Formats: sequence, C-alpha cells, structure tokens
Amino acid sequence: MLKIQYFASVREAMARAEETIEPPETVRTVADLVSYLASEDAKFAEISSAGNPLLVAINHSVVDRDAELSANDEVAFFPPMTGG
Amino acid sequence: MINVQQDPFDVSVEYQALKESAGDAGAIVTFTGLVRELYDADTNGAGNVIKSLTLEHYPGMTEKCLQEIVAEANERWSLLATRVIHRVGEMHPGDEIVFVGVASSHRQNAFAAAEFIMDYLKSRAPFWKKQDTGDGSHWVEARETDSQAIERWQVD
Repeated sequence: MLKIQYFASVREAMARAEETIEPPETVRTVADLVSYLASEDAKFAEISSAGNPLLVAINHSVVDRDAELSANDEVAFFPPMTGG
Repeated sequence: MINVQQDPFDVSVEYQALKESAGDAGAIVTFTGLVRELYDADTNGAGNVIKSLTLEHYPGMTEKCLQEIVAEANERWSLLATRVIHRVGEMHPGDEIVFVGVASSHRQNAFAAAEFIMDYLKSRAPFWKKQDTGDGSHWVEARETDSQAIERWQVD
C-alpha cells in the first residue's frame, strides 16, 4: 500500500489531497507509479505529461523518477516550490 | 529554532531572542520577506495588484527541509544561533511572510548564511503561494532565477 498526497495546483487538479492505493506488483519505481496513475486517471495523465514540471517526494525527500518504492511509503506529488 | 506558523511574528522580539541565544556574537543578520502588493510587475511597473496571498505547505516535510538547510548553513559558516520563521495561510500586502536571522562572530559569515538559507528555502522547502487579485486566484509560478540562485552555493 502507498499513501499518496497531492499539494497546491496538483491537489486542486486532482480534486483530492490524499488517497491510499495498492498498485500492481509491476510498479517498482516512481516512474512506474507515474505511468500507473496516469493510466488510471486522465487528470493525472495531464499533470504528469511531458513539459509539465511535477516534483515527487518519498517520505518527505524529493526523489528522481528512478527512485524505488517500498511498501507503506508516503509519496507526494507537487509543483515546483514557491516559498519565501 | 524553526517555526512554521499561521500567526504573525514580531521582528524586534525575534531579534532580541536571537541575540540572547547567540553568546558572544559579533554580527547578526536578519532578513524579513514581505507580501508585495504588485505581483508579476513588468518593467513599466504595471502588474497585478493582489488582495491576498495564501501559503500552502507540506507539514512534516517543510520542517525537515528547513532543518536540513539550517544544519548545512551551520556547518558551512559556524553560526552561533539561527532563527527561521515561515508563515502559512492567508496574508495581505505588507504582511511579513518569512524571517531568517543568523548570528556569527563576523559579518561575512552572517551575510552569507542568511542568503544561503533564503535561497534554499525559496526553491527547496515545500511551500506554495497562491495569489488572489480580486478577479480570481492563481498559483504563483516558480522562477528560473530562484533555482539558479542555488547554483552559486554548490561546491562540487
């Protein structure tokens, strides 16, 4: 199981802040997860399409698309940060 | 010390607290970030006048990121004390959004560390700004210059 969180413009586009999912076993990396979510949800496909900057964090650390997932990870999707 | 909070802060109170916790500091640099009234202003000064700004963050990750940024600044510049406050929620033009205060023995380290912390905070800590111009609200886009600002600190 993975806990998925969405923030800012991504949260608004997905019309939800979080969800818990059980992806198929073939989903091993962040890239796999992005493809899987895009196949399940047209909105996510749009958000994660090429040229649209989408950041991913696993357990509170920003990671690359080849990062590997573990059971019960908290995975967050969000746009580039604009603090300060 | 790091705080992510809705409440406003008082710069003079924060300065005093920083000074008291800094021991024999020779320099204190403080930075305060404010909500501007004009956003996306072009070179002629024309732009959107904002009514309010709402800051969203990722609780848990925000604090972790800020702690990592401050720890790195401490390591690089041997600071005597640091204070970071970032507000979240709704704010208005003129309101303080962020405070960074650093104390060190000499000014060079204090200036550099304050700038380093702000540069990293802007594009590495999970905060997002949404501005309301009165006829609709939209998310502020990340600036290329903010991510470039980090590059000058990278030593590898």
